[in-house]
Amino acid sequence: MKNFFSFFYQEIQSFCGRDLLFFGEMIFKILMVILPLLLGVAFLTLFERKVIAAIQLRRGPNVVGPFGILQPFADGLKLLHKEIIIPHRANKFLFLLAPIFTFTLALSVWAVIPFGFKQSISNINVGVLYVFAVSSLSVYGLIIAGWASQSRYAFLGALRSAAQMISYEVSLGFVIVTVVLCAGSMNLQEIVLAQQKFWFVVPLFPMFFIFMVSAFAETNRAPFDLPEAETELVSGYNVEYSSMPFALFFLGEYANMILMSVLGTIFFLGGWLPPFECRPFTWLPDGAWFGMKVLILLFVFVWVRATFPRYRYDQLMRLGWKFFLPFSLIWVVLTAAFVVFLKESGSL
Amino acid sequence: MTETPSSALPLKNNEQYTLNFGPQHPAAHGVLRLVLELDGEVIERADPHIGFLHRGTEKLIEHKTYTQAIPYFDRLDYVSPMCQEHAFALAVEKLLGISAPLRAQYIRVLFSEITRILNHILNVTTFALDVGAMTPFLWGFEEREILLGFYERVSGARFHANYFRPGGVSLDLPKGLLEDILDFVKKFPKFLEDTENVLTENRIFKGRTVDIGCINGTDALQWGFSGPNLRASGVPWDLRKSQPYDVYESMIFDVPIGEKGDCYDRYLVRMEEMRQSLRIIDQCVQEMPEGPVMVENHKITPPKRADMKVDMASMIQHFKLYSEGYHVLPGETYTVVEAPKGEFGVFLISDGTNKPYRCKIRAPGFAALQATNFLSKGHMIADLTAIIGSLDIVFGEIDR
Repeated sequence: MKNFFSFFYQEIQSFCGRDLLFFGEMIFKILMVILPLLLGVAFLTLFERKVIAAIQLRRGPNVVGPFGILQPFADGLKLLHKEIIIPHRANKFLFLLAPIFTFTLALSVWAVIPFGFKQSISNINVGVLYVFAVSSLSVYGLIIAGWASQSRYAFLGALRSAAQMISYEVSLGFVIVTVVLCAGSMNLQEIVLAQQKFWFVVPLFPMFFIFMVSAFAETNRAPFDLPEAETELVSGYNVEYSSMPFALFFLGEYANMILMSVLGTIFFLGGWLPPFECRPFTWLPDGAWFGMKVLILLFVFVWVRATFPRYRYDQLMRLGWKFFLPFSLIWVVLTAAFVVFLKESGSL
Repeated sequence: MTETPSSALPLKNNEQYTLNFGPQHPAAHGVLRLVLELDGEVIERADPHIGFLHRGTEKLIEHKTYTQAIPYFDRLDYVSPMCQEHAFALAVEKLLGISAPLRAQYIRVLFSEITRILNHILNVTTFALDVGAMTPFLWGFEEREILLGFYERVSGARFHANYFRPGGVSLDLPKGLLEDILDFVKKFPKFLEDTENVLTENRIFKGRTVDIGCINGTDALQWGFSGPNLRASGVPWDLRKSQPYDVYESMIFDVPIGEKGDCYDRYLVRMEEMRQSLRIIDQCVQEMPEGPVMVENHKITPPKRADMKVDMASMIQHFKLYSEGYHVLPGETYTVVEAPKGEFGVFLISDGTNKPYRCKIRAPGFAALQATNFLSKGHMIADLTAIIGSLDIVFGEIDR
C-alpha cells in the first residue's frame, strides 16, 4: 500500500516540475483511453444483448437506431434522468461513495494497459502488480455499497461478493505468477513481447482456463454472479441503487469485464501480436489484432452467461479453494522448475 | 413487514437473520411471501405466507350457474387451465348422470395433455431460470407459443380457454388442427433434447439440484403431495392410471417415477412426462373418432346458432340456458383429475338448484407449498429458490 501511494506522490511531483504542454498531453492521453473505453462499455451491453438474443432465438434490441445501435445511449439517458433514491436508513455519504469508488477504480486500472507496442498511458515496470492492486481494491466498493444501503439483500450480496472476490483473487494471483515466471518481467509490454515465439496459451493452457474462470468470478459474471443473483438476492449489493449511482456500478462491472478480457489477451494470447509473424497477418495494425482477441474473450463471457446455471455459494468456495488453488499452486512450482531447468541447460 | 427488525445487521440475542422473501421477489413464482430465519445463508425456518392472490373463487362459484363457473377454473392455476375445467366438467357430469360423447372425450384428453406440456415447459424452464440458466426459458416459450396457438384455434382464447363443458366441449375442432398438432408432436422432441443437453448432465445444474429438497415416498404422502412431486419420490401414483377418466383407459403411456425425491428427480420426472404426453396426444390424434362433441340432451346442451335464427323454441331454450342455467340433481361428488401439478379435485355439492351449493377446490400446489419448511430446512437461500421452482407452485390455485 505504501508503495502504491508513494507512486502517485512521485507522479504528482513530477507533473508539477514539468511544463504545461506535458500536462495537456497527459490529459489528452487519458481521454483517448477513457472515452473509447466508455463507448466500448456502452456497446458491450448491446453486444451482450444481441449475442444472448441470438442464443435464445430472439432479436434483441432493434428499435432504437438501425439494428438497435443507439440502444446503449437510450439506456444511458434513461438512467441519467431517473431520480436518485437514497433509502432513509442508508448512510448517505458511504452510499454515494461506493459507486464512485467502484467506477474510479475500474477506470484507473487502464493506465498501464498496452494497446499496442508502446501504446499505453504509463509504461511502468510493475504493471502486473499495479493492475492486481487496483482490481483487488474494487471489492471495497461492493462491500461499502452493501453495508451502506442497510438492506438485507444488499448486505448478503456484499458478503458474498467479498468472499468470492478474495478467494478467486488468490488463484488468479498464482496464474499471473506463472505468466510472470515465463515472461521474466512484470512489465505488461515485456510480457507481450515475450510471446513472440509462441503465445503463453499453448504451454499454459490449464492456467488460461483457470484465469478465465477466475475472471468470471472476479467480475461477478455468470456462472458466478452470486453477489447479484437475481433469483436469490433480487439484485444483490446494488438492489437499493437507482439512476446514476446504479449506472456507475453497471459501467464499472462492464469495464472490469473488458479489463479481464484485455488481461487475458495480454497474458495468454500475445497481446497485439499477430498469430504468425509473416505477411498476410502483419498487414493488420496492432490495435486490430488486440481488439479482435479481446472481442473473442468477451464473446466467451457472454456465451457462458447464456448457457450455464449459477453456482451455489458453498460450491463456488469449494471450487476456488479446493480445486483451483492447489492446482494453480502446483503449476507455479512446475513452471518455476521448468524455467530453471531450461535456464540451467542454456536453452533460454 | 412487522417482523422485520429495523436494522440490516444481525441484532441482539442470537445469530439469526430474518429475511423477508417476497411477495415481490423474482423467484417467488407469483406472490409467495416467505419469512426466512437464516443462520448466515443457511435456512433455519421458512414460513410461507399466502393469501396475496385470494379472490374468493369458491364463494363466487356458489353465486354463479354451472356454466358460468367454468371460467373461474381457468383462472386458478393459470398455466394449466383446461385440466381444471376438466375436473369441474367431470364433476357436474357425475351429478347429472351423463357422459360426454366419445369424440368430446378424445378432444378433452388431447387438450389435457397439451395443457400438461404447457405447464411442464413453464415449470421446467422457470426452474432452470431459478438456478441461473436463462436460455431454456426462452426456448420453451417459443414452444408454448405454438401450443397456445392450438388453444386459440379451438376456443378463441389463448389462456383462459373456457372450452370444456359439462357434457362435452363447446365447439368442434377446426379443420386442419389435428394435422398441425401431429406436426408439433414430431417437432417437439427437438426442444426436449436441446433442453436436456443444456441441463440434464450439466455439472452445475446437478450440483444445484441433486440431493436438494429430498423427500421420501412416505413423507411425500403424508404432506399430501401428488402428481410429479409425489412420483419423483418413487410412488407410482397417477390418477390417469389408477382411476382413469374419459378415454385415458385406452391410452398407452408410462408413468415415470424418481428415486430420491430431490429437485433433480422432480425435473427428470417432468421431462419424461412431457414425452409421455406426446405419446397420448399422438394416440388421440390417430384415433380421433367422428361424431358430436356435446351430449344430445337439450336440457343441458345449448341449441345450434343456426336453429336459433328460425326456431322460436330454440331461441327460448338458449335464453333459459344462458340466464337461468340448468338445474342439477341434489347430490355431492369429489371428482379428481391428474392435473399437471397433481391431484386437482373438485368437491361439488348440489342442492337441486341451478347453482352449486358448495364448490371446494383441492389444489395440488397448496400441499406442495406447505412442505417448503420441511424441504428447505438446513439448505441455503439459493437452494430455497431451487426447491420452490421444483415444486411447481402457482399462486392462482393456492390462494384461489
